[in-house]
Amino acid sequence: MTLRDTTSLSQAATQADVYLALRRKQGRRLAETVIRYTLLACGLVSILTTLGIVTVLLFESFQFFREVSVVEFLTDTQWTPLFKDKHFGIWPLVAGTFLTSAIALSVALPLGLLSAIYLSEYASPRVRSVLKPILEILAGIPTVVYGYFALLFVTPLLQKVIPNLAGFNAISPGIVMGIMILPMVSSLSEDALHAVPRALRDAAYALGATKFEVSTQVVVPAALSGITASFILAVSRAVGETMIVAIAAGQRPVLTLDPRGPIQTMTAYIVQVSLGDTPAGSLAFKTIFAVGFTLFLITLVLNVISHFFVRRYREQY
Amino acid sequence: MSLRDIAFEHQLARRHLKGRIFQVLAFAAICVGLVMLALLFFDVLRDGLGRLSWQFLTSFPSRRPERAGILSPLVGSVLMVTLMGVFAFPVGVGAAIYLEEYAPKNWLTDLIQINVANLAGVPSIIYGLLGLEIFARWLANYTGGRSLLTGSLTMALLILPIVIVSAREAIRAVPNDIRLAALALGATKWQMVRSHVLPYAMPGILTGMILAVSRAIGETAPLITIGALTYVAFLPDSLKSQFTVLPIQIFNWVSRPQAGFHVNAAAGIIVLLAILLSLNALAIYLRHRFEQRLKR
Repeated sequence: MTLRDTTSLSQAATQADVYLALRRKQGRRLAETVIRYTLLACGLVSILTTLGIVTVLLFESFQFFREVSVVEFLTDTQWTPLFKDKHFGIWPLVAGTFLTSAIALSVALPLGLLSAIYLSEYASPRVRSVLKPILEILAGIPTVVYGYFALLFVTPLLQKVIPNLAGFNAISPGIVMGIMILPMVSSLSEDALHAVPRALRDAAYALGATKFEVSTQVVVPAALSGITASFILAVSRAVGETMIVAIAAGQRPVLTLDPRGPIQTMTAYIVQVSLGDTPAGSLAFKTIFAVGFTLFLITLVLNVISHFFVRRYREQY
Repeated sequence: MSLRDIAFEHQLARRHLKGRIFQVLAFAAICVGLVMLALLFFDVLRDGLGRLSWQFLTSFPSRRPERAGILSPLVGSVLMVTLMGVFAFPVGVGAAIYLEEYAPKNWLTDLIQINVANLAGVPSIIYGLLGLEIFARWLANYTGGRSLLTGSLTMALLILPIVIVSAREAIRAVPNDIRLAALALGATKWQMVRSHVLPYAMPGILTGMILAVSRAIGETAPLITIGALTYVAFLPDSLKSQFTVLPIQIFNWVSRPQAGFHVNAAAGIIVLLAILLSLNALAIYLRHRFEQRLKR
């Protein structure tokens, strides 16, 4: 074999290598593209979910409103789709939802904000690192457990204090729901308080303010949009809460603001119909989608407002 | 001391007193939450601890409270959550990788991000309506209607925002040097993600996944809405089989008037809380390991 032969041989080998490497590179590029679009598809699943929710709710609600007029839905004061004498006024369910949510918020907002101020301004880092996770356990307890607690512990306790309190009522689930959303309010508010720059506090101290005055007149106002966002999210959470009210608030849709008797919320109505053997496609079946649509709109508006406030507070600091 | 100074001192003492009262009040507010937590645990343990036994864990539900157990709901919960994880984990982590590593800054990326944030705020029962209509009715031929598969798919959609958000955080926490080092050695983007970013972020991703699973284990409303049964005296034998889960069984027992069933509900709650606490402990352990690793 001459020298020339070996050179050409090795040249051929190099060419083959280059060719193979190029092929491999092309293959890899193709794989990269496939992977990229697969990952994009994963991201699109969330958009499909939203589209699915909106489509399903609109589709079934539309079917519902072909049989029941929107005017009746919005003006009738009775909700009795499961009885012989059918009425389709949404207001009793809205009133029930409003009542339990209002009670929950009157518990969660003051307690949550006070807890947040304590954790952010008063507690030492060590106390804070112990208390905060313990408080957050409250948010992780399943709602069905809270329902049990409301019906079998809080209601009997309240019945000793409040006369004529029915076994199913709005107060007890309202209070328990308030305890459930308390950690949400305190955690999010605390984040907002924590984000207030130290310089603001120091300036107030330098002017001779006490700790109380700094906390309530400087830090809280400075964190107000974050705190507001946490409040609105709490409202949205209370409105959408299901199991506590389904267990402890009763099943009677009445247009009342008296929290001592049984009521029914929008969510509890959906549960009631789902548990019964309502044939799919019947009018009663469609009502849960109309109610669900109302619920979805309310929470959507609340969430959008909350995001608006969160963005404002992020921009400030 | 002038009159003005005396007035100031007097005022100052009052201001400090106000502050002290406020501090006590704020501490009391925290205590309300803690006391309620303690009361809840105490109440459930007092009611249900005596009922807890091997027989309770291994019996089917029954019309007689003292014979009833949680075998079928417990198995149902485990199967549902496992299946849900199989669906939600790849999709959620995939979406997170896309948003963190690949997504260009355009309207589609913004839309996905806003959308994920909004989905996290949708009440869980709405997901139930979604699952009922799409999985249990429109796709009934494939899912078997109100089946284990329908329940898992619905719950997978429900936890997807949580998985995406936590996975994104874990991926974002990976130091950029590691990405650059991989790229400098000639790795393609996916090679970099697969061999460098993901192993580094995995404990964080798993922590988020466990928290999502513990959320799903306690979730009741969407599964009631899609029509999971409240009384199941058999174990699911296929994906299309009907099923029940632990929280639904507890709900069913709480809703009955007989005190015997309330005791069962309390015992069921103890089991449920024990599962959740162990999952959370696991998550804390993983997060701790993750943080140690990032420090190195």
